[in-house]
Amino acid sequence: MTTPSTLDKVADRAARATPDGVARRVRGLSDKAIAWIFIGPTILLLLAINIFPLIWTVYLSFTNYKANRPNRAIEWVGSRNYERVLSDGDIWHTLQVTAHFVVWTMTIQVILGFGLAWLLNRQFKGHSFWTTLILLPMMLSPAVVGNFWTFLYQPQIGLFNYVIGFFAGIDASSFEMLGQVNLAPWAIIIVDTWMWTPYIMLICLAGLRSIPDYIYEAAEVDRASPWRQFWSITVPMVLPFLMLAVLFRSIENFKMFDLVVELTSGGPGSVTELASINLKREAFEKWRTGYSSAFAIILFVTVFGAANIYVKALNRVKQR
Amino acid sequence: MSATAHSVVQPKPWTKRIAAGAVVVYALITMVPILWIFMTGFKTPQDSISYPPKVVFSPSLEGYVNLFTTRSRQTPEYMASLPPPDSWYEELVRSRNMVIAGPSKFGERFTNSVIIGFGSTFLSVFLGTLAAYAFSRFKVPLKDDLLFFILSTRMMPPIAVAIPIFLMYRTIGLSDTHLGMIILYTAVNVSLSVWLLKGFVDEIPREYEEAAMIDGYSRFQAFYKVVLPQMTTGIAATAIFCLIFAWNEYAFALLLTSGTAQTAPPFIPTIIGEGGLDWPAVAAGTTIFLLPVLFFTILLRKQLLRGITFGAVRK
Repeated sequence: MTTPSTLDKVADRAARATPDGVARRVRGLSDKAIAWIFIGPTILLLLAINIFPLIWTVYLSFTNYKANRPNRAIEWVGSRNYERVLSDGDIWHTLQVTAHFVVWTMTIQVILGFGLAWLLNRQFKGHSFWTTLILLPMMLSPAVVGNFWTFLYQPQIGLFNYVIGFFAGIDASSFEMLGQVNLAPWAIIIVDTWMWTPYIMLICLAGLRSIPDYIYEAAEVDRASPWRQFWSITVPMVLPFLMLAVLFRSIENFKMFDLVVELTSGGPGSVTELASINLKREAFEKWRTGYSSAFAIILFVTVFGAANIYVKALNRVKQR
Repeated sequence: MSATAHSVVQPKPWTKRIAAGAVVVYALITMVPILWIFMTGFKTPQDSISYPPKVVFSPSLEGYVNLFTTRSRQTPEYMASLPPPDSWYEELVRSRNMVIAGPSKFGERFTNSVIIGFGSTFLSVFLGTLAAYAFSRFKVPLKDDLLFFILSTRMMPPIAVAIPIFLMYRTIGLSDTHLGMIILYTAVNVSLSVWLLKGFVDEIPREYEEAAMIDGYSRFQAFYKVVLPQMTTGIAATAIFCLIFAWNEYAFALLLTSGTAQTAPPFIPTIIGEGGLDWPAVAAGTTIFLLPVLFFTILLRKQLLRGITFGAVRK
């Protein structure tokens, strides 16, 4: 143990060894000052690029501003934009399309992702190599890959149509994934599933790996059947992980833009017009800035509110 | 060996084999689109649109040549009047009755992606490291609120943010500039960066710095000389995440850039050849664009896996 006196001596010697200028400049800073110097730039950046724009959007949503006519006087219109958005049939259609997309992608990806994780957890030879291969699609650019998928979906020459036609015994040019009203929603669901099933899989795998072996061993001693073990141990213990993965992906898919713009840009008609695509059209093609700001705020509040309710449910599951 | 071989803890060999088979089938199916991109890049335009789709074909570099050049079609008389081609790519282009008019914009767009990707990654990791250290070590007032605030900025739809950013950048002259895009991507990435790096700093024992400070280091020196070297793995993992996001980002790039600062993702879908899309050129551009990400993913898979599962495991 060092006595305080030796400690002081060491500190003294060190203090004398430090050049004066540096000592005054650096040592003079209290921890509190360093904390603010370290955090300050990040907070400033987020205020400038995230919070300030959000407040500006809220302001714009109460005006009739049009971004393509910057010199026109800005008029305060109260809640008229919000009333218009909420009574607009197109908006409700868009939200319905978005909900359909989110629900189906999540259902399919949860089944596939959990299934794959459950299989991978068997730790067979080479499982980490195959995990790496499977996760590759989620690292790629959705816009660039989505653009290439339009080639795979070509009715006559596309690989997807050929393979489906080959196995289903139908003509490869008899259906258009991107051009038919009944198929286009599934075309985007298929590509999203291809890209993001690995994410659900990885989170489920982390969940499965977090279950300690002794729980299964105890169940084995009690002669619980594998079926019983699966539903009473595996599922409840993975559920919090799975729910968090679904939360993150649902938020992302609710905001989905890049992949679908390149695949269908909302078409045919408006059967794949997700909320973000509609928003982009209103804001940057029709230049209805006030109206689209109101829609943006409604979307943000919806995501934020839904996420909060969901997190409450998640916490209840965890506490069980 | 053991009398009670366990179904989950010690799976039976045959269940392992079935699991492996199913996983391999899934992995191979998901690889098909990526392989098809790679293969299409080496096809001739005719081969790329043949029916049935060609799996075996004689490779050609036409897609790559078309990707990097702009060409113009000429009359046979003009073609005959030209001196013999002095390079293999000119010969290839002339065999299609065309001459090279100049380089395409792909090189520029790719360079923009590199500048903006690396610039914003450096900045977000730099800011993230400082903030993560402060959040991990100091008593910051309202710490939890600030951390939640930093995370919640990721919940906003990009298009919602794009409207005011578009107006703001137009006013201060940052639209379609490298700097503007670097700042924007940094702001989007810094929240992830802070959260990931804080996890890594939390794992470094405080005793290291305290010992260094007793030895006469100032707080700042202790951070710089003791903590920072311990964080390199975490910094590498975080940097890869930030880089992949900035590299792949499309919505902001589409709305806020049009020329000088446009990145590759909004550009690649616009590569158009004669009579519609020139698929081999599109595939060539896509391949070049995807290769760095594939490379980093395979090289740093362990760190990536840690980063992906981080949020779920920590909470």
